[in-house]
Amino acid sequence: MALPALKESYAAGVNVVTLGATRDQGGTRSVAYKIGGAKTLPFMDTDGATGEKLLVAMDVLDIEPDWPDVLKAPYGAALKDPAAWAKKCVEEFGADLICLKLDGTDPDGANRSGEEAVATVKTVLGAVGVPLVVWGCGIDAKDNEVMPKVSAATKGERCLLGPAKQENYKRLAASCIADGHNIICLAPLDINIAKQVNTLVTEMELPADRIVMFQTSGALGYGIEYAYSIQERQRLAALAGDKMMMMPVICDVGYESWRAKEAKSSDAEAPEWGAQAQRGPMWEAASAIALVQAGADIIRMRHPKAVAAVKKALGGLQG
Amino acid sequence: MIAVAERINGMFKDVRKAIQKKDKAVIADLAQRQTEQGARYLDINVGTAAADQEAAMRWLVECVQGACKTPIALDSQKLPVIQAGLEACDGRPVMINSVSGDAEKLDVYMPLAVKHNASLVALTLNVEGVPQNVEKRVEIAMTIVAKAMEHGLDMPRVFIDPIILPVTVDQKQPLFICEVIKQIKTVLCDPPPSTIVGLSNISQGTTTRPLINRTCLVMLQAYGLDAAIIDVLDTDIMDAAITADVLLNRIIYSDSYLKSARM
Repeated sequence: MALPALKESYAAGVNVVTLGATRDQGGTRSVAYKIGGAKTLPFMDTDGATGEKLLVAMDVLDIEPDWPDVLKAPYGAALKDPAAWAKKCVEEFGADLICLKLDGTDPDGANRSGEEAVATVKTVLGAVGVPLVVWGCGIDAKDNEVMPKVSAATKGERCLLGPAKQENYKRLAASCIADGHNIICLAPLDINIAKQVNTLVTEMELPADRIVMFQTSGALGYGIEYAYSIQERQRLAALAGDKMMMMPVICDVGYESWRAKEAKSSDAEAPEWGAQAQRGPMWEAASAIALVQAGADIIRMRHPKAVAAVKKALGGLQG
Repeated sequence: MIAVAERINGMFKDVRKAIQKKDKAVIADLAQRQTEQGARYLDINVGTAAADQEAAMRWLVECVQGACKTPIALDSQKLPVIQAGLEACDGRPVMINSVSGDAEKLDVYMPLAVKHNASLVALTLNVEGVPQNVEKRVEIAMTIVAKAMEHGLDMPRVFIDPIILPVTVDQKQPLFICEVIKQIKTVLCDPPPSTIVGLSNISQGTTTRPLINRTCLVMLQAYGLDAAIIDVLDTDIMDAAITADVLLNRIIYSDSYLKSARM
């Protein structure tokens, strides 16, 4: 007698969120993507539909970054020009999305205005055809000033804007509702708060299928296991039918990985660890692959070699 | 906990009147309010409100489907009434409530559930009546499981009801039901079938019905109960059930968990 196949079946799944709008959808993007839609655990295609393909968003900053040399090298002069930088990411490095991080608006840094931020966003939109993630500097008062302007200026483009937090979500949620964008709800490695932010934003009547969760991410060796187990638990809750846990997940791997001393220490500082040009991208790729396996829908990345390694691994996992 | 909302039942005066006068608004209002309070299924029972129960069932199903997207539980002991309801369904998830644990009846209802992609409530009673002990109930549950396997109904869609008797009839029964649920969830098969109770029977003839109902529900949840037919408009019982789900680690806590569990 043949053994019956052991299959898990689930009542529900991850929401599908649409990123970007093409011309006939009211935007200017050359491509729009869907993310989410999984009805099983990550890559368990024998149990159920694994949903849309995972997307790699490459980071572009609105200000020249203070990055390690090996991370700067692939970009060269483009790091001074967000439009050229974004173009390179898409055309040379295969980025599915651009994540424009508005670090230049940080009041403790360059303190650029909302208008300057809007100008940068527009040049990046003009330079590439992929959908855009736009991420505020993280200082609530400044984000509340800048992000509504960015939102209004990109109305109809169906961007992904963030982050909304438990203590600061109303302005951004209202902008996303008004301008047709998606929102990132952030909770700092706390699944209870994650659920709460999703609930609060949903209660403002931003549809649940326009929310993406950011649980914050760790790097390999720096708490990645917390992010991993939260994402895993969140996916299980989504599959069991918890509507406030069904949102797709974005991970910030590039920033976290290159904060780790294993990635950022130069060859001179750590000769025993091997060449940084290899070590850094490896650290980033390993962190990304771990989080991908916990259940992620978008990963933010930085080094082209790490992106290539992750895309190759995903090719094997997603078929 | 899957809350099956009990209010659209011809035994209630307002529903009875609505069926007789074809007053859609009353049914639509009940459907919407129960949905807002977290109903996962809306039970529809014609009761004795109409001579033509099949027509009344069709009408109720259409009223409910026009008012909300919530899945439906078709509640009747008569096969033609269930069939009328199934034919009126618009493709949303549906539950058949209910069939006894007699093999020959299961042979009719199981294929019906498979054909309509429905869930099926099966009671642990048979022609001999309601068993008074744990063993006989589990034995009937085993018959139900075997028939589900034979006809190819997915186990999670099989809802076994161990039959709650009023506490005033036999005070030993509630603990028996706990034990039956535990055994159904752990020893019959993997994945196990689902379990359901028609809760309000427990408090028949008592003076503290809501309190007995919600206390009993929380007890049964701790033993693995998946679903209950309850009054979801009773805020206290819904709050208790949702909180039990949090304490049993079945849903994730958040400050607004009482609200989000009803979404």
